[in-house]
Amino acid sequence: MMNVIRILGRKSLHSFGRLGRGFIFLLQILTGIPQLFKRPRLIVQQLYSVGVMSMTIIVVSGLFTGMVLGLQLFNTMQDFGAEQSVGSVTALSLVRELGPVLTAIFFAGLAGTSLTAEIGLMKTTEQLSGMEMMAVDPVHRVIAPRFLAGFISVPVLALMFSAVAIQGGYFVSVSLLGLDSSVYWGQMQNIVDWDDDILNGVIKSVVFGFVAAWIAVFEGYDAVPTSEGVSRATIRTVVHTSLSVLGLDFIMTALMFGD
Amino acid sequence: MDNNDDTLIRIRDMSFGYAGRTIFDNVNLDIQRGKVTAIMGPSGTGKTTLLRLIGGQLRPTSGTIEVDGQNVHKLSHRDLYRLRKRMGMLFQSGALLSDINVFDNVAFPLREHTKLPESMIRDLVLMKLHAVGLRGARSLMPSELSGGMARRVAMARAITLDPMMIMYDEPFTGQDPISMGILVKLIRDLNLNLGISSIVVSHDVAETSSIADYIYLVSGGKVVEHGTPDELNASESDWTRQFIDGLPDGPVPFQYPAEDYLQDLLEGTGL
Repeated sequence: MMNVIRILGRKSLHSFGRLGRGFIFLLQILTGIPQLFKRPRLIVQQLYSVGVMSMTIIVVSGLFTGMVLGLQLFNTMQDFGAEQSVGSVTALSLVRELGPVLTAIFFAGLAGTSLTAEIGLMKTTEQLSGMEMMAVDPVHRVIAPRFLAGFISVPVLALMFSAVAIQGGYFVSVSLLGLDSSVYWGQMQNIVDWDDDILNGVIKSVVFGFVAAWIAVFEGYDAVPTSEGVSRATIRTVVHTSLSVLGLDFIMTALMFGD
Repeated sequence: MDNNDDTLIRIRDMSFGYAGRTIFDNVNLDIQRGKVTAIMGPSGTGKTTLLRLIGGQLRPTSGTIEVDGQNVHKLSHRDLYRLRKRMGMLFQSGALLSDINVFDNVAFPLREHTKLPESMIRDLVLMKLHAVGLRGARSLMPSELSGGMARRVAMARAITLDPMMIMYDEPFTGQDPISMGILVKLIRDLNLNLGISSIVVSHDVAETSSIADYIYLVSGGKVVEHGTPDELNASESDWTRQFIDGLPDGPVPFQYPAEDYLQDLLEGTGL
């Protein structure tokens, strides 16, 4: 029994320690962001490698997600004679939930792990220490641009995901299964609200982008500087981001859409 | 703040440890300006840690470290970074930025800390690369360099801002004889030609002794002995003799501490 309490205590201390380091690290990043605007090239480079390089997978995933949604919804709703609502339900599920959540999780698996591994390896090969000794703050020079790029990329990618997925749903339900095109778009236009649905979805993806980018860069910076340490850090990035995004999604959904 | 004192680095009663392990225990050490000072000792004795303490990357648990008259660990973040601009450090791995080429690596400190025009940066970088014999390798990526070349590029980068001192972390480890000879010559030449102070952390006795003006032998968290290479060569201390002559057994035992051999074989179980 004492052993269990001891282990629980040790694990809790370790977790709180990491959480504390994470918040201090975030403060350091945020203080470095104003300087970045004097050197926009650093942000543009990272936007390319973090955001643009993730576009293909986001677009392809969005397309298939929309196609599956269109197919499932059409088949199910047809049983109740409600297939006219396929367009609106597809759009609502995407802009409110699936777009922001799936994009953040895909981002964690793709760009997030890449950021963690890159920063972790820079630490392992003493590149970050080398910068410190050249009087260059690695948090401001290396981490802040990557964090900002991740934070900006996720909402943009989420909008792209939803837009492509809606097209995928259209392709299946209208082009393949014969739903009327004007019904698909008309229902969507009537039901989907700019503020309640689209804006709330964007707010969610902004929050997810912040959390996903923060976790990815922190795990890299806090990684044990060995190959095993970097490997564990990349796994933690995916696990922690996915769980945080799903948990935050529930909280934000309850706040935004709960009556 | 400039200090006219001959002592560039002054370490007093410095202790350092982590995770319950003592790395340094009340160490006192002086490093003179314009000299090559070597810090030698077996692997794992905290020689690299000492460089990190001098550079302010680690904080001692007690005692002081003064560089050029400034207490490194009392400086503000801004002042510490200002001091670091006058310190060069050569990491064992070279620590070159792996996503940019040799030229950009050497230009990195200039681009970060100065507003010099690109034409002047180009000239300065080529001069530094020429000094280490790698002007022709300017467009290579770090992954295309041998270990020795990477360290020479790191040397060029370390002298870009014309520092007052350079700290070399195990510069000779894993080098072939030619690379080793080049590095030995470069450390000595840079020290003489640029008038800087050099601190070489190493366990390569012959190479380090050939260029060092003064040597500190460190082991078990203490300075075991110090003096000129000739004085240490003439030392009769058992520990110094074992280290300098590379003897497999002595005050540093061949066997890692363990229970009695016979008892372990006859009665021991498991690991």
